[in-house]
Amino acid sequence: MDELTTSQIALRAVVVGLIVTFAVITGFAYTTLLERKLLARLQARIGPNRAGYLPIPRRGKSELRLLGGIMQPAADAVKLFFKEDPTPAQADKPVYFLAPMLTVIPAILILAVIPWAGPFKLGNLDFSPYFAIAPGVNVGVLFVLAITSIGVYGIALAGWASNSKYAVLGGIRTTAQMISYELSLGLSVLPPIMLANSMDLGEIVNAQSTLWFVFLNPLAALIFYIGALAELQRSPFDLLEAEQELSAGYVVEYGGMRFGMFFMAEYMKMISLSAIAAVLFFGGYRGPFVDQVPALGFVYIILKIFLSLCLMIWIRASMPRFRYDQLMQFGWKVLFPLAIASFIATGIGIVLFG
Amino acid sequence: MTLTTQSDTIQELTVEEIRAKLGTKMPIEDPEEHMLLSMGPQHPSTHGVLRLLLELDGERIVNLANDIGFLHTGIEKTMESKTYTKALVMTDRMDYLAPMSNNYGYILAVEKLLDVEVTPRAETIRLILVELARISSHLVWLATHALDIAAMSVFLYCFREREYILDLFEMVAGQRMMVSYFRPGGLWRDVPEEFEPAVRKFLDFMPSRIADYEALLKNNPIWLARTKGVGTISADDAIAWGLSGASLRGSGVDWDIRKTMPYGGYEKYEFDVPVGTDGDVYARYRCRMQEMSESLRIIRQALDKLPKGAVNIDDRKIVPPPRAELGRSMEAVIHHFKLWTEGFSAPAGYVYQAIESPRGEFGCYLRGNGGPKPARVHFRTPSYVNLACLPMLSKGVFVADLVAIIGSIDIVLGEIDR
Repeated sequence: MDELTTSQIALRAVVVGLIVTFAVITGFAYTTLLERKLLARLQARIGPNRAGYLPIPRRGKSELRLLGGIMQPAADAVKLFFKEDPTPAQADKPVYFLAPMLTVIPAILILAVIPWAGPFKLGNLDFSPYFAIAPGVNVGVLFVLAITSIGVYGIALAGWASNSKYAVLGGIRTTAQMISYELSLGLSVLPPIMLANSMDLGEIVNAQSTLWFVFLNPLAALIFYIGALAELQRSPFDLLEAEQELSAGYVVEYGGMRFGMFFMAEYMKMISLSAIAAVLFFGGYRGPFVDQVPALGFVYIILKIFLSLCLMIWIRASMPRFRYDQLMQFGWKVLFPLAIASFIATGIGIVLFG
Repeated sequence: MTLTTQSDTIQELTVEEIRAKLGTKMPIEDPEEHMLLSMGPQHPSTHGVLRLLLELDGERIVNLANDIGFLHTGIEKTMESKTYTKALVMTDRMDYLAPMSNNYGYILAVEKLLDVEVTPRAETIRLILVELARISSHLVWLATHALDIAAMSVFLYCFREREYILDLFEMVAGQRMMVSYFRPGGLWRDVPEEFEPAVRKFLDFMPSRIADYEALLKNNPIWLARTKGVGTISADDAIAWGLSGASLRGSGVDWDIRKTMPYGGYEKYEFDVPVGTDGDVYARYRCRMQEMSESLRIIRQALDKLPKGAVNIDDRKIVPPPRAELGRSMEAVIHHFKLWTEGFSAPAGYVYQAIESPRGEFGCYLRGNGGPKPARVHFRTPSYVNLACLPMLSKGVFVADLVAIIGSIDIVLGEIDR
């Protein structure tokens, strides 16, 4: 393989960056629709079905309306953009404006290292060693951990800057939650790193060409998924926005698209953490015939992300919410020892079976 | 950090000034370090327009005060200016989740004052509808209680089944919620033919639906962690605070007015009174869940022996004549006119009639003065009494637990403020 020049790498990063970012932003919009539709189906409801549909004309009958609600994300976005965006008089204004951005930007940054497909060539552009914005980052896993934990500042600051009591309580909860989960999340990514002997996400995927790591260490996969749910503040760990207790928590004073940005961050992180879960434990873009047809990689990873999103929504539909202190106990007394055990077991396994 | 109110920080005020500002006599231990939080009256989990004033140490509740009265409509006073029949519609609007029960408590009191006995058919139909109301009310309780602990699917499943019960109410009374179906001396009219098969259908599918709710909650570890050992009240305390209904039985006191002071023919039916032991949120949850199944048992027995015959007593001085008679009989026209303009007169004296409403002891005190309007009506509403123990139950718990406790004592603000 020829060495790429700096300008080629930059061009590639821009091209892939634009593609991936737009794909994920569209994906985020349709994840909200997926959540609303699937949740509705799980709860014996219909869900949004008014905005947009595919008309299929039928002879002698009224037209068949397929995919009702397909334009719902666009309608939501238009609504949020045109809403009044009030700022509370008592708010700390610079921080209040900064907080939503501080939440969204890390959510987008994580996308940089995620491998979406194997190596392939398209005209002059050579996507190798794999299709990602910044392929071959040898600290990929650390990058992901570092960036995801920045997002919490946005939420904590949002709660603080709103200068509202409910928002402050939500912000404090976030901080407590992060302290309890970051550690087990960090420990649970160690087994894949040890098994692949690399922190490069692409190498971790390639190391799973015969056997997915979830079969080698299911415990770590489980801990990662639970940790990811806590990281995302998804049910059953959604206590910082707990509308039943804090009547929305940290977002209570936000409106319009500023409010939308928090959700944008949440759903984009849902997608990217699902992708990372797939990469670390479920073979990433790997699947049958992916070496012959690299484009299949997109299909496999999107399928895996989709299944993971469905699982998150299913959990939301069936689980009550933890209490603040129970969450921390669960994090420190259950998950943390288990994470240590799983990574020690992996080490022993590697030594014994090579 | 200083959390400011409109113009001055709360820290600069003395405890007395804060109390005066907030209009409360709540003890405030440490206004410097603790946060004062006004929860409600517009809050998703206070089950209506209840306002709670909290003194918080972090997320722990140090002190709590109830602030009620946002829904005060003067129902008791208004009833004094209406005839006995017309006052009935006010009772629907108290406990709006179980209007049949309210109707029943009031109507039984009126009938006690008049000293009339209804026909067996009317009595059985009333019992079926009141038990359906109990299930529908418990369904809303379970729905909102589960939603407060964020089990959001249960909410929608419960409302699906409640919808069926409301359809049954609409079938008999023409109204889904404000039914006003029971009348002094009987019922507004007989139930339609399709009522019995519809109730049987409900009896058939409901047990499996209850099993569904149980599957989602009964052994769910998060649910157990959130409800066990939270909001515990001992049997002695529960009696001392005057609790009733499942809130009392959850503490292990076997007290159900349907058993201890039977009314409306409950003594003829076989059913158990579920009693808990721990007195916590989970025990109250178990009690209400089992009560739903017991109510189904009662309805089944009642349907099996639903007698034929008239639903109204044959006393034209109390029950208006059927419409068909108006064209034939002058006397019927006179009765009709008298009943709809002046109403019937009840003897002077007073009665108290308690029933076991879904929320506990619903009592109606009624004093007549010989005229067609009650001289005084007073309701002993279970929610009002049960809510009083909230400050005691929620001392030292988390805000999240407070929400669970409010859900578990099952309050309806319409009934509290009246």
